[in-house]
Amino acid sequence: MKRTATMKSPDRPQGIGASLPRKEDDRFLHGRGEYVGNIRMVGMVDVAFVRSPIAHGHIVGIEKPAGLEKSVYTLADLHDVQPIVANSGLPGFRPSEQHVLASGKVRQVGEAIAMCVAATRAAAEDIAAQVFVDFEELQAVVDMLEARREGSPLVHEHWSDNVFLETFVDANPDIDLEAIRREAPIKVHRKLRTARQSMAPMEGRGVVAHWDRRLSQLIVHTSAQMPHITRTGLAHCLGLDEGQVRVIAPDVGGGFGYKGILLPEEVCCGWLAMHLDKPVRWLEDRREQLTANANCREHDYDITAYATRDGRLIAVDCEANVDSGAYSSYPFSACLEAAQVGSILPGPYKMDRYRCRTWSVATNKPPILPYRGVARTGVCYAIESIMDAIAVEAGIEPYQVRLRNLVEPHEMPYDNITNKHFDSGDYPEAVRRAIAAIDLAAVRARQQRGEPDGRRIGFGMAIFCEQGAHGTSVYHGWGIPMVPGYEPVVIRLTPDGILEVRAGVHSHGQGMETTLAQIAHEVLGIDTERVRIVLGDTGVTPYSTGTWGSRSIVMAGGALGKAAKELRQRLLQIGAWLLREPLDSVRWEKGAVTGVTGRRSIADIARTWYLAPQMLPPDVDPRGLEVSTSYQAKRDTGTFSYACHAIVVAVDTQLGKTDILDYVIVEDGGVLINPMVVDGQVFGGAAQGIGTALYEAMPYSEDGQPLASTLADYLLPGATEVPAIRIEHMETPAPYTEFGQKGIGESGAIGSPAAIANAVNDALRPLGVQVNQLPISPRVIVEAMRTATPTHTANGIPA
Amino acid sequence: MKAAIYQYAKPATGESAIALVAASEGMAKFVSGSQSLGPMMNLRLAQPEMLVDLRGIAVLRECRNEGDTTLLGACVTHAEIEDRKFDDGTQGLMPYVARGIAYRAVRNRGTLGGSLAHADPAADWISTMRALDAAFLVAGPHGERTIAARDWMTGAFTTPLEADEILTGVRLRRLSPAARWSYYKFNRKPGEFAEAIAIFLDDAPAGVCRAVVGAIDGPPHLIANARELIDHPDVARLDPHLDAAGLESGSYEYLVHRVALERAAAMIRENRKQL
Repeated sequence: MKRTATMKSPDRPQGIGASLPRKEDDRFLHGRGEYVGNIRMVGMVDVAFVRSPIAHGHIVGIEKPAGLEKSVYTLADLHDVQPIVANSGLPGFRPSEQHVLASGKVRQVGEAIAMCVAATRAAAEDIAAQVFVDFEELQAVVDMLEARREGSPLVHEHWSDNVFLETFVDANPDIDLEAIRREAPIKVHRKLRTARQSMAPMEGRGVVAHWDRRLSQLIVHTSAQMPHITRTGLAHCLGLDEGQVRVIAPDVGGGFGYKGILLPEEVCCGWLAMHLDKPVRWLEDRREQLTANANCREHDYDITAYATRDGRLIAVDCEANVDSGAYSSYPFSACLEAAQVGSILPGPYKMDRYRCRTWSVATNKPPILPYRGVARTGVCYAIESIMDAIAVEAGIEPYQVRLRNLVEPHEMPYDNITNKHFDSGDYPEAVRRAIAAIDLAAVRARQQRGEPDGRRIGFGMAIFCEQGAHGTSVYHGWGIPMVPGYEPVVIRLTPDGILEVRAGVHSHGQGMETTLAQIAHEVLGIDTERVRIVLGDTGVTPYSTGTWGSRSIVMAGGALGKAAKELRQRLLQIGAWLLREPLDSVRWEKGAVTGVTGRRSIADIARTWYLAPQMLPPDVDPRGLEVSTSYQAKRDTGTFSYACHAIVVAVDTQLGKTDILDYVIVEDGGVLINPMVVDGQVFGGAAQGIGTALYEAMPYSEDGQPLASTLADYLLPGATEVPAIRIEHMETPAPYTEFGQKGIGESGAIGSPAAIANAVNDALRPLGVQVNQLPISPRVIVEAMRTATPTHTANGIPA
Repeated sequence: MKAAIYQYAKPATGESAIALVAASEGMAKFVSGSQSLGPMMNLRLAQPEMLVDLRGIAVLRECRNEGDTTLLGACVTHAEIEDRKFDDGTQGLMPYVARGIAYRAVRNRGTLGGSLAHADPAADWISTMRALDAAFLVAGPHGERTIAARDWMTGAFTTPLEADEILTGVRLRRLSPAARWSYYKFNRKPGEFAEAIAIFLDDAPAGVCRAVVGAIDGPPHLIANARELIDHPDVARLDPHLDAAGLESGSYEYLVHRVALERAAAMIRENRKQL
């Protein structure tokens, strides 16, 4: 089908900074995307999994239904398959072995026990319903704090306790914390909890696998954001060499980290495709997504901060637990989240002393995975709650306490207390702009007047910085199965002058097909319609760790810029020869080699190279019109975008309902490749943050049963819950990247929960009511209103 | 998940529909909009061997003004009620309620009768019909019968309807032009099932002044004489009714139902326009 051209005129700006309509809109907005679920293959069979109905127990026996034995597979059949192991090099880390089908024991509800195959999914489910599994049930480990108590049942019975990893950050230990504790004029304490969430991309996971006999290769179509890493993991588990595995991630309907893990189901389907010699499909349904596979976000903080009388931070001291679930998922491991808490809790602030101990705790729940924002969302909630508490104690506005503690622009670049290298920016200016845009004075006046309907108005804010695109020097220390290095890209011209760009990152809503094309246009002047971006296929793209950590536009964009410049040089050389002019008399202008005597277009030169080589210069670069290169930023400690979220809420204290009345985000993502795409990223992230703040929770019963197995129970924000957000951009160029761009893919989801929680608490403070958990559901507010007692003090220290 | 295998029939008459289900020995179910049964079948929580689709039966889609009463066929959709496709005689109450049910896509398929037969305590029609004192018209292999609103819902998801009986429609007394009503639904977000429902209906010429507390564990609770709740804005007067509705004093559910009842009372007291 021929694409319809997107709206544009020949002179419309297409390069860096242009809000170009997305090239991919044509198929996405017309329902013509190609997802795993769209793939049909001749003879394809469907898989349904028998999943554990209990959270913790030994499998005593598995009975396959009589006559259907050949349609049911257990680990005994897959005995040659290696378990998924995601180790970490951090000292003391205990890896788990996640067998692709349960091995004698189940450790979470939904753990796959057997794989059933039939002509249709419904028929496969019929078979699954007939598989009988005999369990010897064990007491489930459900709460992370109870899991750490002496005598708790063990998730991994050969461990001495339920801790994957304990970390301890002790910054500036020479400064006496005990003395600060005794003498600090302001001391605030909070115990905070964020709910376990289930990342909910529109499209769940899905696999279509088949064995290609000609290539002797397993071809796995899967909804993944890191296809090369999936390939490495698959090859290892299946005992294949990596050349025997090709992973193709077609259109992916949302990644968010959920598509970044190697699933047991992918390994199982790969094995089955090899053994059945038929295409095998498994499509995750919403129930599996909600209850069986990865979850995210569940943090617990016990945080204390010390400040001077006027609100300057002296020290932060914290103990944080993350409920990591039953297994260490590949490749990020079970400790990334908690260990990251320790390193990023100080946020964008200066302080003299910092201490944080973290635990990654094993429980009988699905593995916890990095979700958009990773640990930053919980961390921002913790530190920004504490900053508001300090403001109250100091008797100043929340923005004033931030201005007193933020890193100043003249201090940039700044190495913070945990040695994070803040690259650039003006954090206080973001605060000032946000306060001006939300008109805080008017909000305070409105609070004084009161609302006719009795609702209470609250103002809340949060500021954070987001490390993105961090590379080798940051990740090698984690010792997880992957470390990002030089980011590759391969570009080449076709004989008719189309530029093909092959990159190992992927796009699952980020608009990379557009923004990468804009970078190509920026360097080569080529019309973005003549740039084809090829992503997601390990068969045709260079090896990359993929898309995660807000890295793609920095890393793949940087690599593409470098490659395009090299290609331009080669084109200039050929073009000058064709113009019969010396190289130094031609220049690159409007997508063509331009000399004194005329112009030679990209297509002219491409045609010459491929089809009329007799016209090439004798000293032509034999590497031709294909450039393969790779890129590292000048410094790989990451870009630091930052944003200030300012929110006004109205709280119905009787029903506990919170409505967002106004929402401003002042965001600095460095040089923006496409401001419209950036806005889309920020809106989407903020919507997810609103979910974290007000709606989303995956509750568990005492015996480890997930209690939200449909979207009627697991509430996601929808169109009526996400307000019209106003975004203001600042553009401080990143000093170490190719075009000054910064990663901002996760930003929206980071600041929103903290700002909303602060706004709700601002509304409730005059009533002596405080809410210290997410999501802030009506029940949470009503219960807090009901149990509020006069002894509840603002600083959190019991009176 | 996918539904277990089942047969499907779409008969043209009530008699043949009843005969199909009666012959199935309890393994067939009637279906209309399939907005509750469909998801339950997809989760395999319900596994009927046969679905007998009622939407082919023309008489179940009939609605008419009978003078003092209105007859509403069971298979009218929420959207048709919302769009005022017929004269329901409720002075705007039913279109208002319909507009708050789930989402338009659900309202396009979901039916009045299906919702009432499903009898989810948190659904809108089950409480609304109690407030309107509807008569439930039932047809089965042994003829037709009428069930009073107070006898319709006996518990959560439970009605006196036998497996081989069809709810063919409801008959409502037409409200007088002077009738006032208020409807307050509290839910987490638009489209979700209610956490609390409160309805007031004051039709003085007909001698009716009643209220309903809905979205509780069991059937909606009727307050037969709600006059004092309308006349006196005194929150303490609500408590005996909430106790009588079986709500646990001081619980979250009790508190939100009290607020809903209080707000619905204020709305009808102030004759506030329902938008």
